[in-house]
Amino acid sequence: MDLLRASIADIGQQLRKKQISSLEITQYFLQRIAAHNSKINAFVTSNDNAEREASDVDQKLARGELLGPLSGIPVGIKDMLCTKGIRTTAASHILKNFVPPYDATVVSRLKRSGAVILGKLNQDEFAMGSSNENSIFGATKNPWNLDFVPGGSSGGSAAAQASRLCAATIGTDTGGSIRQPASFCNVVGVKPTYGRVSRFGVIAYASSLDQAGPIASCVEDAALILEVISGFDQFDSTTSNQKVPEFSKNLNKNIKGLRIGLMKEYMMGGLHPDVEKTIALAVEDLKRMGCEIVEVSVPLTAQAVPMYYLIAASEASSNLSRYDGVKYGHRASFENLSKTSLEEFYMRTRGQGFGVEVKRRIMLGTYCLSSGYYDAYYKKACQVRRLMAEQFQNCFNSCDLILGPVSTAPAFRIGEKLSDPLSMYLNDVFTVSANLAGVPGLSIPYGISIDNLPIGIQLMANHFDEQKMLNVGYALQETSPMTWRIPNV
Amino acid sequence: MVDLKTIRKIAKLSMIEMSENEEADFSSQLSKAIEYFNQVSEVDTKNVDPMTTPTEIVPHYREDVPAQVVSPEEILAIAPERTGNLYTVPPVV
Repeated sequence: MDLLRASIADIGQQLRKKQISSLEITQYFLQRIAAHNSKINAFVTSNDNAEREASDVDQKLARGELLGPLSGIPVGIKDMLCTKGIRTTAASHILKNFVPPYDATVVSRLKRSGAVILGKLNQDEFAMGSSNENSIFGATKNPWNLDFVPGGSSGGSAAAQASRLCAATIGTDTGGSIRQPASFCNVVGVKPTYGRVSRFGVIAYASSLDQAGPIASCVEDAALILEVISGFDQFDSTTSNQKVPEFSKNLNKNIKGLRIGLMKEYMMGGLHPDVEKTIALAVEDLKRMGCEIVEVSVPLTAQAVPMYYLIAASEASSNLSRYDGVKYGHRASFENLSKTSLEEFYMRTRGQGFGVEVKRRIMLGTYCLSSGYYDAYYKKACQVRRLMAEQFQNCFNSCDLILGPVSTAPAFRIGEKLSDPLSMYLNDVFTVSANLAGVPGLSIPYGISIDNLPIGIQLMANHFDEQKMLNVGYALQETSPMTWRIPNV
Repeated sequence: MVDLKTIRKIAKLSMIEMSENEEADFSSQLSKAIEYFNQVSEVDTKNVDPMTTPTEIVPHYREDVPAQVVSPEEILAIAPERTGNLYTVPPVV
């Protein structure tokens, strides 16, 4: 079978019919990694037991044991999620040699459903970045053009998936880190509703914004993975106990009568012409499928990026205080530890361990949380956040879903924005709002730029309404000119 | 303006050792970022409760029953430096 263009369900069917073995599937992708990863730099650590774990699935299959929906499916995991016995670094020097003694809940659920973990994927350090250039492993390249960034922070996941180094991947999204790289690399990415997916074992960046989700080849695969990883987890008190729908079985292309909101603030100019064309194409296709297009508005979009960076940096400065060189991770070396002050010990360890972007955000966050500034900055931003979430709720009173761009422009050149952090931050204007409001977002391939770089479109739904978003994505997949297009790597 | 004195204070609160070059870079970058953050201050938020969790989540409580998920040895094994079953650290008192 053509594993390059097979969905997870297709692969599963062949496996159950014994037309292909789990080991053969895993070996196929391992060979692709061996052939192409050095160009793309997506995988940073491999799971040495992948073939053995794949054989275990074959043995279970031979014994007639019940197989989970992801049995024998080789997946790659962003290096932000803890994997028992497999090095997990967050692409940071401070965790360079960290081997977690436990699995993140997302990882244990993937394993329980039969998935084979191939290895860990590159990212921006602690998920702080939109280009995958801030990594101790070096930049990941966009498989559509190696001079361009794959997006970030889940750049390794998107690049690996686009070049089919695995059958599916997991990323994390704090302000667009799943959707933006999915858009830049022509794959499907889902940021679930806040609370849908457990954050246990996901290295914390900004706890009120972080969610893990799938980056996959098609909407069906993303839906299937989402249903496997979702649901209440006793180890994360912010997970919801809402029932998880069978997203993949419920997929429905009949979207006639749905009201799709076009957000006024997203279409006010400043978009790359090819992004604008891509949105216009999707709008026409949705109308043809019987959807009604309505205008909606979130006036606080103008404040979304500063609000996001303020909240994310504040929460990061608190979360990253755990890296102290005592229990795990990097520790600076001292000639005489018993004559070293505790402060010097912490400061040198952390000064050596964190990269520049991480330090910048810790400093910013510490400033915003420091005595005398907390009310003016963090508390104020959280108040504005509530107002913005209410504006989103108002939108969903008049529409089912919001359609918009993922990013202002297609992928940019490696190095192009490194010297100007603020211009890099401004690119996130269309993605950060979903995290602030806690709503789910989907990025699907829909266009290509004149320079042959992919362009995705974004759908956002109300809280826990992922099914509707996936259904429209599923319908649009039929009309998208970019569906299943794979770069020549 | 976030001056060098403030940068050193924030670096100390953040427990991050910094070179003079880093201090100078951060002074100008943080000044710009804080100025940018001031856009948020312009919004009227009178009588608005701060939002810290963006979805309505019913708090979940479980019985306080001890359980062992990971063994102490597995946890200690990943420490950078240990003495028996203790972490080795500089003098703290």
